[in-house]
Amino acid sequence: MAPKRKPKLSVWKFASCDGCQLSLLDCEDELLTIAGAVEIAYFVEASRAMVKGPYDLTLVDGSITTAHDAAVIQRVRRASKYLVALGACANSGGIQALRNFTDVNDFIDAVYAKPQHIKTLKESTPIAAHVKVDFALNGCPINKHQLLAVLSAFLQGRPPMARSHSVCVDCKLQGNVCVMVMGAPCLGPVTHAGCGALCPTYHRGCYGCYGPKETPNPAALSAWFSQRLGMSEANLVRAFRAFYANAPAFRQESEAHDK
Amino acid sequence: MTNKRITVKYLARVEGEGALNIQIKDDVVTRVQLKIFEPPRFFEAFLKGRNFTEAPDITSRICGICPVAYQMSAVHAMEAALGVTVPGPIRALRRLLYCGEWIESHGLHIFMLHAPDFLGYQDAIQMAQDHPDTVKMGLRLKKVGNNLVTVLGGREIHPINVRVGGFYKAPNPRDLAPLTESLKWAREAAVKTVRWVGGFTFPEFKQDYEFVALRHGQEYPFNEGRVVSNKGLDIAVQDYEQHFVEEQVPHSHALNSNLKARGPYFVGPLARYNLNFDRLTPLAQEMAREAGLGPVCLNPFQSIIVRAVETLYAVEEALAIIETYEKPDQPAAPVSPRAVTACAATEAPRGLLYHRYRLDADGVILEAKIVPPTSQNQGTIEADLRQFVGQRLDLPDEKLTWQCEQMVRNYDPCISCATHFLKVNLERR
Repeated sequence: MAPKRKPKLSVWKFASCDGCQLSLLDCEDELLTIAGAVEIAYFVEASRAMVKGPYDLTLVDGSITTAHDAAVIQRVRRASKYLVALGACANSGGIQALRNFTDVNDFIDAVYAKPQHIKTLKESTPIAAHVKVDFALNGCPINKHQLLAVLSAFLQGRPPMARSHSVCVDCKLQGNVCVMVMGAPCLGPVTHAGCGALCPTYHRGCYGCYGPKETPNPAALSAWFSQRLGMSEANLVRAFRAFYANAPAFRQESEAHDK
Repeated sequence: MTNKRITVKYLARVEGEGALNIQIKDDVVTRVQLKIFEPPRFFEAFLKGRNFTEAPDITSRICGICPVAYQMSAVHAMEAALGVTVPGPIRALRRLLYCGEWIESHGLHIFMLHAPDFLGYQDAIQMAQDHPDTVKMGLRLKKVGNNLVTVLGGREIHPINVRVGGFYKAPNPRDLAPLTESLKWAREAAVKTVRWVGGFTFPEFKQDYEFVALRHGQEYPFNEGRVVSNKGLDIAVQDYEQHFVEEQVPHSHALNSNLKARGPYFVGPLARYNLNFDRLTPLAQEMAREAGLGPVCLNPFQSIIVRAVETLYAVEEALAIIETYEKPDQPAAPVSPRAVTACAATEAPRGLLYHRYRLDADGVILEAKIVPPTSQNQGTIEADLRQFVGQRLDLPDEKLTWQCEQMVRNYDPCISCATHFLKVNLERR
């Protein structure tokens, strides 16, 4: 019997910090096993060898912020059978989507003396705004154990598991004392699980870096922040307008307080 | 007479998107451009209007490889602004966190990004087929660094435990004790790494660089020190902008930083080493000598040895910190905002990282300025390539192109930081 062909993996980067694709290289114990199970065909951060598509599995890191990248993602999608968007940037636009709330030209003027050389789009947009995404793995950064689970599921030909509960559930499982009880504002009730309730475990409130959970109720949380913790409207805007600023649930909530 | 054009579409094994254009006309290198087309993300603009307390978490997102560096420069700048001095144990924990980041970042660069160039492999995975034990050692060494960051910071990328004034939660000595065994293994592994990379063949190449790094009274620099150079610069960090200027060049999304008086300069491991050799541990000095380095190294290709020496240093320093660590009474010093401007610089794995912030009375950021290592090295990388290519026009195109990529990788450029992909176009005509 002829050996089965190894699936071809490609990894792409758009506007981002590189952290989510780096998570693959941070799988120190598993990297060589992964390299044995898939052909790493295109991963510029790790290799000079760049094999053309089509690819069986594609991982995309970063958001779309330039006309060039908007064209590239179309080619990437055409060359990819199964496409996974990694992280806050690829799934909501990332921290750089703060431009979506203002005029990007003000941002360019603030950073660059010669704005005419800067090529950028008005908004930072998620991959799903441009092409079909087969699976979204959230987090800023993603959790590398979840990335391994996605890779394993792909290799076994089953859909990846996507837990939809909030950070609160994980936090309770950890046995933490609720930080809100101690007066720290915490986005845990509205934030997607996946980090292992890290911030509360380290005695601080969750700052929402895994994005909104399914069916969140941020308005109720804002009311609590404001009435029980005395949070100002400006700080409510900042709380929801960070790493997942452009995710609809968080976006609506920050806009509700941005008067 | 050489009049040719070589194109390598993408320079790999760097963090970010860039391109390199080199043009050769009548045996003369007529143009060298390190193009950084990483899409701009405008951190300095959207920091305006945020609370001073948010700066460490937001700026860490500039770079997934060195988030701790951004957090450190941000908290030191805020503390300088607000007149906060952190107690000894918190200072020690910050050095320990930085040790972790240096070990993981240098481990990544030595084994996965740079060593394959010296041995002629496309990547570390291909290299692992012939050198499995070495690659496994490198991965394990990198993991020791990442574990250190995870224990102190909560996770290896974008740690969550750093705040202005200190930490959210200080570890107990018993949380750190289990790291000792792995660090002892890492010390042996770092020694082996220095020997391994010391045995590589290095292209002959030396330049009269101006090296710039922090220098501290007693320690090899991480978080504090004066900004010094081998050409007489010796200033407090507060005076940085009087001596350095950032300029925008049309071919790059990174601002190019120069010394006002003398132009391009060199930051990073080689600069730190050359300006602080006497501050290394005896073992790190001994291993550097064994690998053939003196107290000053002028060949940027040998930066891979220096990274290995610095890794050894960071491992020894981490062991020393853990041995004497006592938990602070409070995880953070109290901070209260005021209207003020202040700055700080720390030593990211890739070199000097400068932050300046202007705050209002409520601690809201009115202005932010960030100068990452790669934008400081950009001019030197271009100057190196110009010299290097000029001396090697007789090499076949493929070899010359690969050596140019290797030259760029000497600097471990982080283009995510500088604004990412290196695309090399070598043109001979």
